[in-house]
Amino acid sequence: MHRFANPVRFLRLARPLTGWLLGLGAVLVGIGVYGALFVMPDDFLQGDTARILHIHVPAAWLGMGGWTGLAVCSLLQIVWRHPLAGVAARAIAPAGATFTFLCLATGSIWGRPTWGTWWEWDGRLTSMLVLLFLYFGYMALAAAEKERGPDARAAPIFGLVGALNLPIIHFSVQWWNTLHQGESIEITGTTIAPSLLWPIFFTLPGFSLLFAAAVLLRMRAELASAKVEASLRRTAAA
Amino acid sequence: MNQWAFVIAAFAVTLVGVVSLLLWAFLSCRKAEGMAERLGRRR
Repeated sequence: MHRFANPVRFLRLARPLTGWLLGLGAVLVGIGVYGALFVMPDDFLQGDTARILHIHVPAAWLGMGGWTGLAVCSLLQIVWRHPLAGVAARAIAPAGATFTFLCLATGSIWGRPTWGTWWEWDGRLTSMLVLLFLYFGYMALAAAEKERGPDARAAPIFGLVGALNLPIIHFSVQWWNTLHQGESIEITGTTIAPSLLWPIFFTLPGFSLLFAAAVLLRMRAELASAKVEASLRRTAAA
Repeated sequence: MNQWAFVIAAFAVTLVGVVSLLLWAFLSCRKAEGMAERLGRRR
């Protein structure tokens, strides 16, 4: 991994990879969305609203997965002062916040016809809302201490402490038995029929690739901006 | 209650959200890399 700590080596890989991630992600999402809207049958209990879960679940996983990545980068930034770790964490934050917002928005739209309410202060919904606010807090903090580069401490510490919310989100449906249903898809199996489930095998990797493309684009933008700033500083000092 | 209105709204919000994120990331990258390249050429 330390091989890619070098920005030049990283950019050599990131530039061609971005296009591939965007293209493949768009194709997979296209197939998954087509399947969810036009191919899969409606659910006998939820009716057509079950189709929303094919975008809601990937958004939830990416919102949480985003913070997991941000926490790992924060650890690398604190312990090894990895030059790209802070850049990666700052790039992950807006993508993670977007998918967390989409998870909350699509869940709310699904909840209105299914539960009869747009919002409920239930453990899962509230902890996801807290995750969105954590992303906002991280972005504000990281922007404030961006100048410090690898020496920045407040944002990576916030990134690590914020990870405490992840198990709360995961176990919320077991700890508090309110509106949100328990896990339907687990590593060991699923309670969903294959004819209703298959589009998620396209939307989940598809949205993940688009997430990765957004992160790479932001990292490239940050590295280029840093290069410009360093060059302008050198010119001003000369 | 027409369930399709909710389905379309959810997919539309997702489409707008993801496209906006990618467009913003792409434009900020193009702007920053363009500026770095112009500065490099000037030197």
